[in-house]
Amino acid sequence: MSQIPVTTTINGDATEFLCEADETLLDVLRDRLELSGTKEGCGTGDCGACSVMLDGRLVCSCLVLGAEAEGREVETIEGMAEGDTLHPLQKKFLEHAALQCGVCTPGFLIAAKALLETNLDPTETEVRYWLAGNLCRCTGYDKIVRAVLDTAAEMRSA
Amino acid sequence: MGVGLGNEMMRYEAPESTKAAVKLLAGSRDRARILAGGTDLLVQMRSGMPEPALVIDIKHIAAMGAIKREAGGFRIGAAVPSAELGEHAGLVKAWPGVVEAAGLIGSTQIQGRATIVGNLCNGSPAADSVPAMMVAGARARIAGPGRRRDLPVEKVVVGPGKTALKRGELIESIFLPKRPARSGDAYLRFIPRTEMDIAAASAGVFLTLDRKGICTDARVAIGAVGPRAILVKPAAKALIGTPLDEAALTQLAAACSAAARPIDDKRGTKEFRTHVVGVLARRAAVIALKRAKGE
Repeated sequence: MSQIPVTTTINGDATEFLCEADETLLDVLRDRLELSGTKEGCGTGDCGACSVMLDGRLVCSCLVLGAEAEGREVETIEGMAEGDTLHPLQKKFLEHAALQCGVCTPGFLIAAKALLETNLDPTETEVRYWLAGNLCRCTGYDKIVRAVLDTAAEMRSA
Repeated sequence: MGVGLGNEMMRYEAPESTKAAVKLLAGSRDRARILAGGTDLLVQMRSGMPEPALVIDIKHIAAMGAIKREAGGFRIGAAVPSAELGEHAGLVKAWPGVVEAAGLIGSTQIQGRATIVGNLCNGSPAADSVPAMMVAGARARIAGPGRRRDLPVEKVVVGPGKTALKRGELIESIFLPKRPARSGDAYLRFIPRTEMDIAAASAGVFLTLDRKGICTDARVAIGAVGPRAILVKPAAKALIGTPLDEAALTQLAAACSAAARPIDDKRGTKEFRTHVVGVLARRAAVIALKRAKGE
C-alpha cells in the first residue's frame, strides 16, 4: 500500500509529509517531522502528554491519524515560544517548579494555553477540571495549577 | 509504525458526501469502520483487535460537521464534537441535559474530538450521552444503500457493542425535537472518581408540566446498569399526574432500581449500583423540574 501524501500547516509553516493510513499524528510529528516535543504517554487518550491543537481545538495527537491533518492547522509545543522568548506559561512553570521529569509538561502547557485563550480568569476548580485529562506522576498537580493561575493573573494585568 | 499491528493494508478514505461514504461502506468486503472523533476507534486499533481494512473519515462531509435548526429542534451532524455542543447557545438552552451528558465524556482533549453519534454507535452500556438522548426523544438519521430512515435512539443499540445498523449503513445525524413549553431535561451519573471516569450508574429524565405544575409527560432512562441503556416506563409513570412530590420521587427511584440489572465489579457492587441508579434518577428529576419551571 502506498503512503498517503498530506499537506498541512504546523506551527504556521506549510508542511508536507507521507504517512501510513494507520499512523497517528503523534508518530508523524515525532518520527517523521522531528518534532519530538510532543510526548507519548499512554497512547490511548488518557494522559494528555501528546496534546496538540488541531484547527484551534485541544486534542490528543495519539487519537488522530496523520492523514486527518490534511488541510488543517496543527500547533505543537515547538510553536509556543517565540524564538528565545518563552510564553508566559513556560516562564511561570519554571518559576513555580511546576515540573519534575518533564514528560507531561508539553501537554500541560498546550492544554493550559488553550484554557487561557478562552478564559483568562479561571477559578482553581476550572483549571483542575480543564486539565483533568493531563496526568502528572511527579508534582502532585498543585504547582502546575498555581503556575497556571499565576500566569492568568499576570496576563490579565498586562 | 502505526497504531495497529502493522497491517499495511489498511486504507484511509475521506469522502465528501454521505452518498460516497455509503458507497465505500457498502462496497467494502472486509471490515470497514467510520472515523469521526476516533476516540474509540483508534483505541481499539491499538488494543490489538484486528485492524479495519478501511477507515472512512466523515469529517470532510460538510453536512455532518454542522448543527442546524430544524422544525424548532436541532439536527446535529455525526462529526460534530461534544465541545461544539457546549458552545452552541441555542442547544444549551433547549437541551441542557443532553449537552451536559455529552460534556461528561472524557477530558477536554476527548471533548474536542468525540461525537454523540460515536458515543451511540460504540454501543457501551455506560455511554453518557445515550440516556440523555433517549429521554429527549432523539432520533438517529440513518443513511445506507437504500432510503434514509429515522430510528429512535433507544432502538439503535441492541446490546454491548452492537447496533441495529445494517450492512452499509451509517448514522448521518441526530435530531433533537422541539422542546415543549414548561419542560426540562437532566442527566446525572455516578463515577468512583471526580473526573475522567466511566459511569457506574446513570439516569436521564425529561418531563413536561401543565400550567399548574403537574407533570403531564415524562421519560426516564437508566444507563450502566444493564447490557444497554433503557427507558423505564414505570419510572416515567410514577411522575405523570404528580407535582413531583416526595411520594412520586420515591416511586420513581424504586422503579429505576427495580429495572436495573447491573454487573458486580470493583467499580460498584450490584447492590450499590441498583440503589444509586434510583438516587440519580430522583436527583435528575428534581433538576429537570427546576428547568421546566424556568428556575
